[in-house]
Amino acid sequence: MHMADALISPAVGGTMTAATACVAAYSIKKVQNDLDDKKVPLMGVMGAFVFASQMINFSIPGTGSSGHLGGGMLLAILLGPYAGFLTMASILLIQALFFGDGGLLAYGCNVFNLGFYTCFIAYPLIYKRITRKGLTSGRIFGASMVSAILGLQMGSFSVVLETLFSGKTELPFGTFVLLMQPIHLAIGIVEGLITAAVVTFVWKARPEILECTEAGKTLGGISIKKVLTGILVAAIVIGGFVSWFASSNPDGLEWSIERAAGTTDLEASGIIHDLLAKIQSKTAFLPDYSFKTATEDAANSYTGTSVSGIVGGALTLGLAGLTGLIISAFKKKKTKIAQ
Amino acid sequence: MSYHEIEVRNLHFSYPDGHEAIKDISFTIYPGESVGIVGANGSGKSTLLSLIMGILFPDKGEVRVGDVIVTKKTLATIRKRLGMVFQDSDDQLFMTTVFDDVAFGPRNYNLDENEVKIRVEEALEKVGIPHLIDRAPFKLSGGEKRAAAIASVLSMKPDVLIMDEPTSGLDPKSRRRLINFLKGYNHTKIITSHDLDMVLETCDRVIVLKDGEVAADEATLEVLTNGELLDKCGLEVPLSLQKCPVCGMVKQHR
Amino acid sequence: MSKIVDSIYNIRLLDDLARKDTSIHRLHPVSKLLTTIVYLIVVVSFNRYEISGLLPFVFYPMVLILLAELPVMPIFKRLLMVEPLIIGIGILNPLFDPRGRITFASIMIKSGLTVMACLVLVSTTGLDKIAQALRTLKVPSIFVLQLLLTFRYISVLIEELARMVRAYALRAPQQKGVRLKDCGSFAGQLLLRTFDRAQRVYDSMKLRGFNGEYHSYSKSKITWKDILYIIAWSLFFITARVYDIPAFLGLLFERMSY
Repeated sequence: MHMADALISPAVGGTMTAATACVAAYSIKKVQNDLDDKKVPLMGVMGAFVFASQMINFSIPGTGSSGHLGGGMLLAILLGPYAGFLTMASILLIQALFFGDGGLLAYGCNVFNLGFYTCFIAYPLIYKRITRKGLTSGRIFGASMVSAILGLQMGSFSVVLETLFSGKTELPFGTFVLLMQPIHLAIGIVEGLITAAVVTFVWKARPEILECTEAGKTLGGISIKKVLTGILVAAIVIGGFVSWFASSNPDGLEWSIERAAGTTDLEASGIIHDLLAKIQSKTAFLPDYSFKTATEDAANSYTGTSVSGIVGGALTLGLAGLTGLIISAFKKKKTKIAQ
Repeated sequence: MSYHEIEVRNLHFSYPDGHEAIKDISFTIYPGESVGIVGANGSGKSTLLSLIMGILFPDKGEVRVGDVIVTKKTLATIRKRLGMVFQDSDDQLFMTTVFDDVAFGPRNYNLDENEVKIRVEEALEKVGIPHLIDRAPFKLSGGEKRAAAIASVLSMKPDVLIMDEPTSGLDPKSRRRLINFLKGYNHTKIITSHDLDMVLETCDRVIVLKDGEVAADEATLEVLTNGELLDKCGLEVPLSLQKCPVCGMVKQHR
Repeated sequence: MSKIVDSIYNIRLLDDLARKDTSIHRLHPVSKLLTTIVYLIVVVSFNRYEISGLLPFVFYPMVLILLAELPVMPIFKRLLMVEPLIIGIGILNPLFDPRGRITFASIMIKSGLTVMACLVLVSTTGLDKIAQALRTLKVPSIFVLQLLLTFRYISVLIEELARMVRAYALRAPQQKGVRLKDCGSFAGQLLLRTFDRAQRVYDSMKLRGFNGEYHSYSKSKITWKDILYIIAWSLFFITARVYDIPAFLGLLFERMSY
């Protein structure tokens, strides 16, 4: 479910990074206020744990396929939402840097998709609600399943929205949703099962770990109102930013909306389109001449299948190769002199 | 040199599950002494160390370091005087380079960066691994990790060095290097170990624990040649003092 | 199992590369980080039908790989293991639009460029210096310390996990992977060991004076070289973004051949 840089636009990436940064700053404040400074090594080691456990592929009997743990819910349950969110953030940063799993620009999106919905929505609104009367294995199971499934559904839907608003693919909204949601439903079920199993295990073997987070003064203070307000604000900000860039790519969005199957989708997309158009006209932005230049030229050179376009591409690559040879020759000379 | 003595008086401690780990232990360790604490598994060695360091607090009795009693309030002072090296070096080397690990302590003392650098270099020199200064911990061998862990404590210049099973997992050469280091280190030392031969070489006094109590507290040779006592406590005479396995001669220890 | 071992190998390799000493490695981490971000933003700002305009951007990773003497094969290998989501999304594009093939190509090129930029950043800077850069950019020390701890303990935990999986596999030779119902206790065991370790690491930190604040290390100064680095590359990126260099070269070629 990791988004890559190639799928997003700078606007979406920037907005989500801003959103993530706000949530992270808030979380850091909350963690710092928590008098127990044991949180830091715990977050570090738990981060390594979730990273490591993401490497386990389990075989699902009968289907012959395999899946792996995501970890957001587990982190929230064992560390609390704030520490859990930050831990998810560091895991994703290491994955982005060392494995290219998710890019640096898409980092904000990924932390949000995998961390926010699980720690700040599924955890307080679902998990805590179901277990507020105390822990039993039944409640743990139910709470873990529902929160994991819904958390993942929200996350994957977020991916769809982010990809749609970036306009870098042809995929229409409807098809994309139909693809993403069921897959992540299956993953969510598995994650729910594992989360439930692990939490139950910990609860039976070392209940004091869970009691610590349950009684934590930092928890339980998240009101639904705040969460909804946050989402609304984020939606407006995202919408505003997107229109800014949508003006340069109206054809793509419009086109995929036309191709989406089913009238309901068409209506829904129509509403999005109208909204965007309204915001667009209101934010009478300066014609981004600079960005249009390259775009127009590219469009022309493509549609005209002009020779110059292809030749130019070849020449560029050739130049790159030449530069490369020069640099490596220079380097070899340097090492020869050094020897 | 430090002038603090460590006094443990009528110490009692039980774990939350009811297990009575320490039952009325008392002893005093004088400045400059090298004390080995031995005993079977479960005899309370590690618990005792945790109580001395203030990681755990006794149910009854007290631990006194110099003129300060170990309580939650005096922890900062105590920990400046005592340096503890853990059994598992990976728990101690939690930064991403050896330099940062050894510098962690001095930096927490708010020393300026130049002083920190000097301390790190000195500490690594003392344990014989100055060349590993920029290495990542996961690339070190067991012996190198142990040396780095010791350095990370030495850089804080403690008065007392406390070590939990320092030779466990070390290959013979690393073990020899560690023994040589300990022989040359003159501050107070408290060492728990199963490696009775190492204790024989490095400690002048041995405390034997059995089921949370002190079974013996005397000079090293007195304790480690007493086969009956050691046997009762789940131990045996050090290999270097036993009969030669080939010809059966008893070795003379100088 | 091999995925587990692969990942440690990968991390170690990149960490090793980061410790080399070349002109690129000596640059200040903040300048490398910022340049990478500018690069990413510009590459990603191209629309979905862009291909030729993206080509000049191959200069950046290529030049850095050569100047920093990075091995090309491992980096290329990583490129090929692209996240399935991209391939899945990419392949569907041609189905929705005849121009979809262009979109697919564009996505693939962008993916290659962006992933290379990240890998080059890490192999010339290393997590330590990136952490230093984050601190310089005012990221709170709690987060940075915790990031370093996570990184540090990944190899420890993965080794522990590998031992557990190996022991399991030796007693269950028929299966591929761990059975779902065993996963709970598997993960649970590892988790409890993790908690214990966290406790010991905490003790060891406290014993060395840790009080919640992480004092970061010597900050290397930013020199004119670092500033020149950011400015020079940024100018190149922006120029390549604004003016379609391949098209320009192509036109030039055309004109010259008449």
